[in-house]
Amino acid sequence: MKAAVIVFPGSNCDRDMAVALESVTGRAPAMVWHGDSALPDDIGLIAIPGGFSYGDYLRCGAIAARSPIVRAVVEAAERGVPVLGVCNGFQVLTETGLLPGALMRNERLDFVCRDAPLKVENAQTTFTSRYEAGETIMVPVAHHDGNYVADETTLDRLEGEGRIAFRYANDINGSARGIAGVLNAAGNVLGMMPHPERRIEAAHGGTDGRRLFEGLLETVGA
Amino acid sequence: MKLRVVVNLKPGVLDPQGRAVQKALTGLGFAGVSDVRIGKVVELDVADDTDDAAIDEMCRKLLANTVIENYRVERA
Repeated sequence: MKAAVIVFPGSNCDRDMAVALESVTGRAPAMVWHGDSALPDDIGLIAIPGGFSYGDYLRCGAIAARSPIVRAVVEAAERGVPVLGVCNGFQVLTETGLLPGALMRNERLDFVCRDAPLKVENAQTTFTSRYEAGETIMVPVAHHDGNYVADETTLDRLEGEGRIAFRYANDINGSARGIAGVLNAAGNVLGMMPHPERRIEAAHGGTDGRRLFEGLLETVGA
Repeated sequence: MKLRVVVNLKPGVLDPQGRAVQKALTGLGFAGVSDVRIGKVVELDVADDTDDAAIDEMCRKLLANTVIENYRVERA
């Protein structure tokens, strides 16, 4: 699987993402700079990493979502290429409109940085095939703006269509219906606040994050 | 031409920062502050012939996230 990691000024989880992808796929991903206007050919996965793209100016992810490379990411997503956005990457994906809703300041205004137990809600997606539905996994979070909001109609639709991939087992940031990760309607775009790339080997304290990348490799193919 | 774009959270969208400020004001002894909503003001200097449609597009495409925010444009 040929993967690309998008790098913005202020990204800081891009190398962790690259290490995770290489560890699972055996192939170093292409690191693609925000000012580029095209992705490498035959990309099988695009990862938008965590960090503080453009210093979180205006709104988290707002400027990144209008950068030249993200226009190419949106086109690729619309063609069905799997796109994974983690943390700031999730914020970028909501700002592009590829994912519904928005991520606001945490309800208690605190920066939440710790392990978060997550409930796997849908294990039949491109991203979650190595999990069991209803299983609780442990993945770290580190964010100030992870409070997911969307109108009730949208939330009902997400529930009804199985588009909530992960929920927090305990409320950590005020997210509507405990949402930690959501999918687009086609199922090829996942945004999540927790960081699976920080749980890929035993030395990280667990490998629950690794299974997401293994599932991706399995569904996307080598 | 100078413009001010005022961006506010839509009614019904919870504003944790506004609520913290409301509590702080109450804590300072200001009675009767029942709600605080925090928005932002963006000041722009644009060419005089910039039409309303272009200004509106700037707001919708970038300055406001219309999922959670409303905006209004004030001309100086």
